Amino acid sequence: MNKENQIGRAVVYVKLKDGVLDPQGSTVKRALENMGYPEIKDVRFGKTFEVTFQKCGKRKPEELLDEICRKLLTNPIIEKYNYEILQ
Amino acid sequence: MKFGVIIFPGSNCDYDAYMAIKIVIKHDVEFLWHQDTSLHHCDCVILPGGFSYGDYLRTGAIARFSPIMQKVMEFAESGGMVVGICNGFQILLEAGLLPGAMLRNTTLRFICKFVHIKVENENTPFTNLLKKGQILKIPIAHTDGNYFISDEGLRMLKENDQIVFKYCDQEGNVTPETNPNGSLENIAGICNQTKNVLGMMPHPERASELILGSEDGKYVFQSIVNFFSPAK
Repeated sequence: MNKENQIGRAVVYVKLKDGVLDPQGSTVKRALENMGYPEIKDVRFGKTFEVTFQKCGKRKPEELLDEICRKLLTNPIIEKYNYEILQ
Repeated sequence: MKFGVIIFPGSNCDYDAYMAIKIVIKHDVEFLWHQDTSLHHCDCVILPGGFSYGDYLRTGAIARFSPIMQKVMEFAESGGMVVGICNGFQILLEAGLLPGAMLRNTTLRFICKFVHIKVENENTPFTNLLKKGQILKIPIAHTDGNYFISDEGLRMLKENDQIVFKYCDQEGNVTPETNPNGSLENIAGICNQTKNVLGMMPHPERASELILGSEDGKYVFQSIVNFFSPAK
C-alpha cells in the first residue's frame, strides 16, 4: 500500500448546543434582517476543522475523531459536533 | 506561605499579579513557567489574565493542556489553593476544575472597565476578610466572560454556596442592567465544592492600590494569606 492511501481526511463541524445562547449567531441574524432578509429566522454560529490524519491499522478513524473532538475540539458543556470522513 | 504565578504564552497580567503580591501585600511570590512540571512548593497558585495561546480554539482550551496544568490539577484535587483570574478562570473551566463554561459577551465587545461586584459568600479562603453583601470596585477586561452552566449545574452551585461574586451596581443591586456580559444570574466568580479553587472574571490585581483607582482587589489576596495564618 502506498503512503497516500494511508492518509485520511475528515471535516469536523462544531456547533453550540441547542438552547445555549449564541451572541454571534443572533447578531448575524439581526444584521441580515436589517439588510432586508426577513425570511432568515435563525442563525447559529459554528466552526469547521479540516483534519488530515495517518490511518492506523487497528484503530477506526471514528474512534480517533471522537476522541479529539471530546478532548480538545469541543467543550462538551456548550458544544456538540459531527464529522464527515472524506477518505 | 508562598504564591506562584503561572506564565502561559500570552499571559499579560502575570506581572500585575506578581507585583500586587510582592509590593502591596508583601508576600513571597515566584513565577512558574507553563512548561514546568513542579509547583516549586507554592501554597497558592495563580493563573493570571491574558490571552493564553492567542485564545485560539476557545479561551483557555489549549493552555489547559500545558505541562504545568497536570500538576495544578493534582494540586487542586489534593486541596491546594488555586486562583484563576479572567483568562485563568477560563483555563480552570476548560480543565474541569470549576463547573460551567464561558460564552462570548452578549455585546460581542471586549469590555474593559471598572464594575462593582457583590460578595455572595464570605466563607471561602478567598473572601474571609470580606463580608457577605460587601461591594467591591474591580475592573473587568474580557470578550468571553458570559458565564454559562446547565440548570442542574446552577442548582448545585447554589446548593453548595459556590457563587462567590455577582455583578451589581454601586448600591449592590444585582439586575440585568448591572450585568456587563450576559453572565447567567450575574455570576462574576465561583469556587469549587471544596472551596479551594476560585475563578473570577474581574481583576483584583489591577485594583490593589488606590493609585490604580481602587484597592478592593487586595482583600482577595489578603484573605488567602489570612487563611494560612489567621490574624490574632
